[in-house]
Amino acid sequence: MTIILNGEPRAVAAGALDAALAELGYGGAHVATAVNGEFVPRDARAGITLREGDRLEVLAPLQGG
Amino acid sequence: MATFYGTEVESRLMLGTALYPSPAIMAAAVRASGAGIVTVSLRREAAEARAGQAFWEMIRGLGVRVLPNTAGCHSVREAVTTAQMAREVFGTDWIKLEVIGEEDTLHPDLFGLVEAARILIAEGFKVFPYTTEDLVAARRLVDAGCEVLMPWGAPIGSGQGLVNPHGLRTLRAHFPDLTLVVDAGIGLPSHAARAMEMGFDAVLLNTAVAKAGDPAAMARAFARAVEAGRLAFDADPMEPRDMAAPSTPVMGKAFLG
Repeated sequence: MTIILNGEPRAVAAGALDAALAELGYGGAHVATAVNGEFVPRDARAGITLREGDRLEVLAPLQGG
Repeated sequence: MATFYGTEVESRLMLGTALYPSPAIMAAAVRASGAGIVTVSLRREAAEARAGQAFWEMIRGLGVRVLPNTAGCHSVREAVTTAQMAREVFGTDWIKLEVIGEEDTLHPDLFGLVEAARILIAEGFKVFPYTTEDLVAARRLVDAGCEVLMPWGAPIGSGQGLVNPHGLRTLRAHFPDLTLVVDAGIGLPSHAARAMEMGFDAVLLNTAVAKAGDPAAMARAFARAVEAGRLAFDADPMEPRDMAAPSTPVMGKAFLG
């Protein structure tokens, strides 16, 4: 299926969010996730199933003012 | 010592981590500033680059507290979700809450700010709202449970200093016991000193240091200005007057005319 990862369309096979993150190259990364604008805590990722067209945001620490 | 939600922090200078020529220069500026709190943000992470991971390692190595922001958020929902994500990533319930209402000035949306603050405080966050000198908004934020307010000095990144000193003075007078931080718009150490002389608890700045020719040297200058301003406030400054008052004693002056 195709999801929107950080604003860009991406094909992903896995349905569960934790598996999809690993497939997309985020395995072990220190990131926070949101699906369709809702925060998904780390320990809830396994219970979230991605669907076609879902918007997945993967955010990490960066410089800020 | 400034107190933020019960946590005492030695330095009254808070520093942003953005816009530096390089990560090494940023780290040098943070060290030179003596800041105990630095602001950080959350941005999209590319799986290949992992820029965020490297940045986070560097910040952790500095041994300072982090204050994550919700910079760039224009809606309550966006700001709340960003805060929730920041709490997990940074492992802190501190959040610099920004809800922007106007693009050219980055003027805070005070209505959205109060609404988002209420939601986040109910979820256990310790909210540091980026606000204006507006007294009514300040009251609403305090009623919502904010123990720290961060009024702007001038628009973010403008370097104009304290454009409404009367408003800031009034805010300070209305909330004598609240932790108040002048955040944004400070361009020079003298601006920071002035805020501290007015009795603000701390100042938060970024661009003035990051965009200086020598950020570490400017960070040192700000550290001294903040310290001098606070010392002056604690020393109870004299009141200005319109007419001259001779400082040299008049009594005993020779009559030579």
